[in-house]
Amino acid sequence: MDAVFKALADPSRRRLLDRLHARNGQTLSELCAEMDMTRQAVTKHLAILEEANLVVAVREGREKRHFLNPVPINDIAERWIGKYERGRLRALADLKKNLERED
Amino acid sequence: MSSQYVYVTYIRTTPQKLWEALTTPEFIKRYWFGMTQESGWVPGAAWTMKFADGRVADAGEILESDPPRRLVIRWRNEFRPELKEEGWSRCVYTLEQDGEVMKLTVTHSIDKEKAKLIEAVSGGWPRVLSSLKSLLETGEGMPGSHNAPKT
Repeated sequence: MDAVFKALADPSRRRLLDRLHARNGQTLSELCAEMDMTRQAVTKHLAILEEANLVVAVREGREKRHFLNPVPINDIAERWIGKYERGRLRALADLKKNLERED
Repeated sequence: MSSQYVYVTYIRTTPQKLWEALTTPEFIKRYWFGMTQESGWVPGAAWTMKFADGRVADAGEILESDPPRRLVIRWRNEFRPELKEEGWSRCVYTLEQDGEVMKLTVTHSIDKEKAKLIEAVSGGWPRVLSSLKSLLETGEGMPGSHNAPKT
């Protein structure tokens, strides 16, 4: 669990997860094109995310595709969110999202 | 272009217990939020996922079965017409020993871009896998993950 928190504590790594959340299964080159960082920096961040099991890399031919793995985040949420809180928390999250939406 | 999700969880258990957890209807019910699956679990055998009330949610067949290493299911939604019309998806379980723990990989894919089915199951898989991990490691699924009364 320490590895997950450490991996999530960096804004660039959270942005990488956001990119995969928007489009799952991207290659390193695709991710680099969307990130304002060197290829080495993206590679390093991806390694930390893989170490924390937040990203799973699958080899396909000569390339590796990267998939967002939300299971460790769910494990953390389940640890502190109770049976009856889930629905209410989702309703609150939806309310916040709607109120903060800019349109 | 296809739609695909890959989920990985590490569970402190044995290959045999993990395989049984994935293929025993009564056990599945305890971590799959009351739903269960029935099958002969050999290639060609029919496979169904049922709601607690017995209605069929998804159906298909076993494509590959290599206990306790690999299970491949041909999977189609049966209760939402817009998902059913997307046709067959493929769900692959891979069980690997990783030191003291088991690494379980679930790959769910379909030959269709932005498939609604894959989107729909993506909300469920992380919860199911967290619950399975909890059940195998502590003997209890996640709160609400089974409908059986506490004894």
